[in-house]
Amino acid sequence: MSRKAIVSAFLLLALLLPTAVLAQSQGGELRFCLRAEPKTFNPLLVEDEASETVRYLTGGVLVRVNRDTQALQPELATSWKVSKDGRTITFKLREKIFFSDGTPFTAGDVVSTVTQMMDAATHSPTGDSFRSGTGATIAKAVSPSEVTITFAAPVAGLDRLFDQVAIMSASSPKKEMAVLGPFYVADHKPGSYVLLKRNPNYWKKDAAGHALPYLNAIRMDIQANRDIEALRFRRAEIDLINTLDTDFYDRLAAAGSSSVHDAGASLDSEQMWFNQVPNAPIDAYKLDWFRSAAFRRAVSEAINREDLCRVVFNSHARPAIGLMSPANKFWFNAKLKPIPYSPDAALRRLESDGFKLQNGVLRDRAGHPVEFSIVTNSGNKARERMAAMIQQDLAKIGMKVNVVTLDFPSLIERITEKFNYEAAMLGLVNTDLDPNAQMNVWLSSAENHQWNPKQKTPATAWEAEIDKLMQAQAAALDPARRKAGFDRVQEIVYEQAPFIYLVNKNALSAVSPSLTGARPVVLRPQTYWNVEQLALKQDVIKERQ
Amino acid sequence: MRAVRYFAGAVLVFAALACVFTSFIAPADYATQFREAPSAAPSRHHLLGTDDLGRDSFSRLLYGTRVSLLLAPAAALISTLLAALVGGIAGYVGGVTRKVAMAVTDLFLSMPWLFLLIIVRAMLPLNVSPGTSVAVTFLLLGLLGWAASARVVAAEVQAIRGSDFMLQAKASGISSWRLLARHIPPNLRPVLFAQFWISIPVFILSEANLGILGLGVAEPLPSWGSLLRELESFVSFGDQPWRFVPLLLLILVVSSFQVFLSREEVQA
Amino acid sequence: MWVSRLARHLAAMIAVIVLGGLLAATMVRLAPGFDVDESQLDPRLSPETVAAMKAEKAGQRNIAHFYARFLGRALRGDLGESQTLKQPVRQLITERLPATARLAGAGLLAAWILAFGMAVTAAMTRSRSLDLTTTVLSGAFLCVPAAVLGLLTIIARSPAFLAIACVIFPKLFRYCRNLLTDSYEKPHVIMARAKGLSGTRVLVWHVLPACARPMFALAGVSVSLALGACIPVEALCGIPGIGQLAWQAAIGRDLPLLVTLTVLVTVITLAANSSSDMASQALRAEGR
Repeated sequence: MSRKAIVSAFLLLALLLPTAVLAQSQGGELRFCLRAEPKTFNPLLVEDEASETVRYLTGGVLVRVNRDTQALQPELATSWKVSKDGRTITFKLREKIFFSDGTPFTAGDVVSTVTQMMDAATHSPTGDSFRSGTGATIAKAVSPSEVTITFAAPVAGLDRLFDQVAIMSASSPKKEMAVLGPFYVADHKPGSYVLLKRNPNYWKKDAAGHALPYLNAIRMDIQANRDIEALRFRRAEIDLINTLDTDFYDRLAAAGSSSVHDAGASLDSEQMWFNQVPNAPIDAYKLDWFRSAAFRRAVSEAINREDLCRVVFNSHARPAIGLMSPANKFWFNAKLKPIPYSPDAALRRLESDGFKLQNGVLRDRAGHPVEFSIVTNSGNKARERMAAMIQQDLAKIGMKVNVVTLDFPSLIERITEKFNYEAAMLGLVNTDLDPNAQMNVWLSSAENHQWNPKQKTPATAWEAEIDKLMQAQAAALDPARRKAGFDRVQEIVYEQAPFIYLVNKNALSAVSPSLTGARPVVLRPQTYWNVEQLALKQDVIKERQ
Repeated sequence: MRAVRYFAGAVLVFAALACVFTSFIAPADYATQFREAPSAAPSRHHLLGTDDLGRDSFSRLLYGTRVSLLLAPAAALISTLLAALVGGIAGYVGGVTRKVAMAVTDLFLSMPWLFLLIIVRAMLPLNVSPGTSVAVTFLLLGLLGWAASARVVAAEVQAIRGSDFMLQAKASGISSWRLLARHIPPNLRPVLFAQFWISIPVFILSEANLGILGLGVAEPLPSWGSLLRELESFVSFGDQPWRFVPLLLLILVVSSFQVFLSREEVQA
Repeated sequence: MWVSRLARHLAAMIAVIVLGGLLAATMVRLAPGFDVDESQLDPRLSPETVAAMKAEKAGQRNIAHFYARFLGRALRGDLGESQTLKQPVRQLITERLPATARLAGAGLLAAWILAFGMAVTAAMTRSRSLDLTTTVLSGAFLCVPAAVLGLLTIIARSPAFLAIACVIFPKLFRYCRNLLTDSYEKPHVIMARAKGLSGTRVLVWHVLPACARPMFALAGVSVSLALGACIPVEALCGIPGIGQLAWQAAIGRDLPLLVTLTVLVTVITLAANSSSDMASQALRAEGR
């Protein structure tokens, strides 16, 4: 055979083979569990994880952050442009697209969605990310396929924020149930399951020209118990576990499963902090301890983070260095060094602050023994274990720690309203790479400035400096300038330790081998971020029919 | 059967000795974390292996015995006495008293006591000692757990009150108080013993469930309930069978209690 | 005559139910964590959004007002709206009650058959070894946490009502066995056996009537036990019933839902216990 013929044969095979493979795996019902009931199907009101899952799977967005490459890619918008002052964004929209119920998609839908979202009366959590200043947002349809949106103040990272905005139809009688995403909500049995079906009008096609998604349906059972979720996964009743606990990861791996994935350090962190609220209903001498940076840093140095990672997370976590996880490559301040575990250095620091270790008990200047409680939420085994380990670590430097696990509402009341707590331990789930998402944590006047929220004027010089830096980086549009400012914020937090960062957990997930196309990553949703490319193997599809 | 009774007695004696001489028998402190060997299998150093944080499971079992086997029977006694009191008076006096007492009992059975427990936790100081916390928990369990039994006691007292021998006793002039104090309690034994015996494991398990509200034992103090609660993670995988030893021991102790008590019942 | 008695009885029951609702509402209101929302910890939200989420609870701060309005609406059939699930309470309850009724009913029946069967066998045959075996068996089930029992039923792919049965039957068994054994030692029973009556006759005509009253009371109380056991089992086995609803309501401090559920449970408890009372009375009237 001539070379040309051989090459042509190969090319033909190469073209046909994917088609052949793909033609086999169309259809089927993907199954996994939601940990709670979705509270709403209105994409503008989404705040809890379950509702966000439904929104991700059903909502059509203008641009999408590729969870793997972290680059911004066009979806319903073919191109976009952000103005120099960072206040206006113009989108060119894809044409000839229809909602799941057949209603045509036009610029008017984008205008109406954005207007509703930014309307104060809607109280949209999604809209809050765009609210950098007061004033009205003006959205205009320049043409049926071009939209201009002007915000009241510059919004940093404006284009990336539209990953969260699912476009709703302005004219469809089905309102928010008419969607542009790969699936639509077909059935919802409260307390039991949510069933999504393939959107017949979905505009995306794969490389070979086949309509996406490959899956016919997604069934999400509502199951809060993780033991049962793991059991169902082992029985192949569900195909994936999006966030897997360390315990189950090791056991599933030990059971010879190739289905567990460790995508590396995630953006999440676990941290503890001390109450620094001036009039908190706790002993005044304890408040003095907590307000001393030396005390806080000593506690931080006396905690063995390596042990925490090794024992509690079986090395599926890394000691946290600062407020950003190293997984956030651009924003993480790489100059910060890991906090060394050194009880001796901690004791020296405490002694310089007036504390003395006598007969195994650490006492302050006035002779009070150092004893305090850490409150955390019950039901999170990892956190409870970390608290028990920290209790032992601090006992080595003479501090007596009491661990109190409370139900979540009681805990929230203590740390946000009554302030009748001494130290608290919680985790932060970061879905966004941009530090602007944490504005409410770092501004001293904000609600989530957990150790001393809603200050009228900054209580300390370093908090005032953080305020200035955060506001400056939010107003700046040049990424390099923003990074310089935010790096300095990270340094200050490192020095002052208002939050004592403990570990950054790895993103663990489980995907059944019958599911092809999954590439688990660190950003949420870890396993089904590319849901339209996921396909079930033919034998599983047949079995489930 | 005598052999069984002796065995039961021996088990109880051992349990009592374990409670008293814990610090001598336990190979390690219940809080010491052997961090190089978390979740280890049983070995020479650790008879029952170690838990998730590397703490010696055998030591924790012993210390947990001290907590649970002292406090749970005490709480069971409180709930039994309350049931006897409320049910006894209701059943004996009858009439409006009975109606009111039974209405209170029914309310007790229907109320969401979870919130009362949350309120109690909020009233306790954060730095309360683990011992105080667990004692308060068992006390609350005893004070809240009498309602179901009270109804059965009331019914039993009513039945006794109308029985032949009671009518005879009354006819022969014995005063009501004497009847209530001397003649009714022995006949209540079956119901009260049942309540007492059931309450012990029920309270041991409930104490652990209250841990989610911040009551019960606090780290690092162990209790049988908290040890049993760990079982949830091992049931489906079944990969660490030695973790079930606390459950087997609890079943053994609870059964021994019953074997011992029932003998006493018959003799009385 | 009996109409006025019935009317008084009903009035008393209604008073108890109303009081129960008020007590539950007060306890929920006074417990910490009433006014807060989980969203307060989300740094992405603005203060206005959080305030809007908390405003929903503002109308419930004054518990007396809330309860008065609740009763007023309840009389018209409107039980309010659940805050955590954003659905009318009445709809939630009517949707979920059948599942719980089936679960609790089947579990209760299975528990009674098992407990009564074992107790009668042990008492009738007076076999020490059987007594020991049943004691250890029932003790074993008593010591296993309800969550573990639930997990075991799922692993074994058995129906969930077995978990309920396993939770309740040890308690019923203990009472039944003690009551029956005690009855067997009553003078008139010993006489009947001495006369040579068959085991079954002794059981049905002499032993059971002797312990009928407490048995009926136990039956009434077992309904409460079954409902209580439904909460962990439903949450674990993913059964959308009242127990699961109660747990979600408790976590979310959902006042309208919690008060309605308490009232419902009170009604069921009163009904069960009143029925058992009436059955005892009827039996007594008949027996004497």
